[in-house]
Amino acid sequence: MSWRVGTVTALRDETPTARTLVLDVEGWPGHSAGQHVDVRLTAEDGYSATRSYSIASAPDGARVEITVERIDDGEVSPYLTRVVAVGQRLELRGPVGGWFVWRPAQDEPVQLVAGGSGVVPLMAIVRSHAQAAAGAPLRLLYAVRDPAAVLYREELRGRERDGLAVAFAYSRVAPEGSGRPPGRVDAALLAEVAFPPDTAPTAYVCGPTGFVETVADLLVTAGHEPRRVRTERFGPTGGRP
Amino acid sequence: MTAENFLDGNVAGGPLQAFFSVDITAAIGECDHCGQTGRIAETRVYLQAPGVVVRCRGCEGVLLRVVEGPGRAWLDMRGLRTLQVSTG
Repeated sequence: MSWRVGTVTALRDETPTARTLVLDVEGWPGHSAGQHVDVRLTAEDGYSATRSYSIASAPDGARVEITVERIDDGEVSPYLTRVVAVGQRLELRGPVGGWFVWRPAQDEPVQLVAGGSGVVPLMAIVRSHAQAAAGAPLRLLYAVRDPAAVLYREELRGRERDGLAVAFAYSRVAPEGSGRPPGRVDAALLAEVAFPPDTAPTAYVCGPTGFVETVADLLVTAGHEPRRVRTERFGPTGGRP
Repeated sequence: MTAENFLDGNVAGGPLQAFFSVDITAAIGECDHCGQTGRIAETRVYLQAPGVVVRCRGCEGVLLRVVEGPGRAWLDMRGLRTLQVSTG
């Protein structure tokens, strides 16, 4: 398995600390929603650093979008969110992953639960679901620090108007009129907004490790089958290390 | 090891692509230490070492280790008794 070259064709700021990179990848074999890529940066002296980033976009030929949350003391994310320019070439490996994946042929309900930038691969599922005009019922629960940290805000609003069920759980600051005080995802919230266990949904939970552990435990305790709860963990800082 | 300094087997998928012709995160591995079986995607992965260390969710025993160097990669699978992949 070799490294591929991806050319940056566009950049999009999602929040003050997160940026989407649109890449055109040579020889890209296509991907499924939920998969990730490894990005390798190599310095002039040969030192290299590799990080994993979830793919944010639905399958679309050689086009791949990743959304990178900046970790200020990180080795890779400050470069990808501040320095990289259109036309630049990056080394990529992927697509990677065959378990934390949603395919349009799946017809069971899909419960997405995102913590912070864990929304990125789940957005790929939302977009892939819409692209395929899939019939599977889909809901997104998005736990986020405050309204300013919401990724894909405008797009999610539009998709809500089109019928996607989106619930936000703000952990620190909730917007006015949100109807729910700031707080963590708990059993009561899941019971209110998530598909109940008797509908046998497949749940996709992605976020920082502690968040994923908590939510996966809550889902299983509520009666969801453990094999139907698929998880992907980011580093404790909210991005991959 | 603290409680939350691990990721999961999904992050090992890239380094393991050098060794397998199929995606290995969806494969089911059997721990040689305790016998527990599970998806490689659901294992615990630690990146603090020079390589990627994949541990059993049940007993924390080391299942496999991958080290990547310039133009070369090494795989140690001593802790993995069996590996089951889907062929159809």
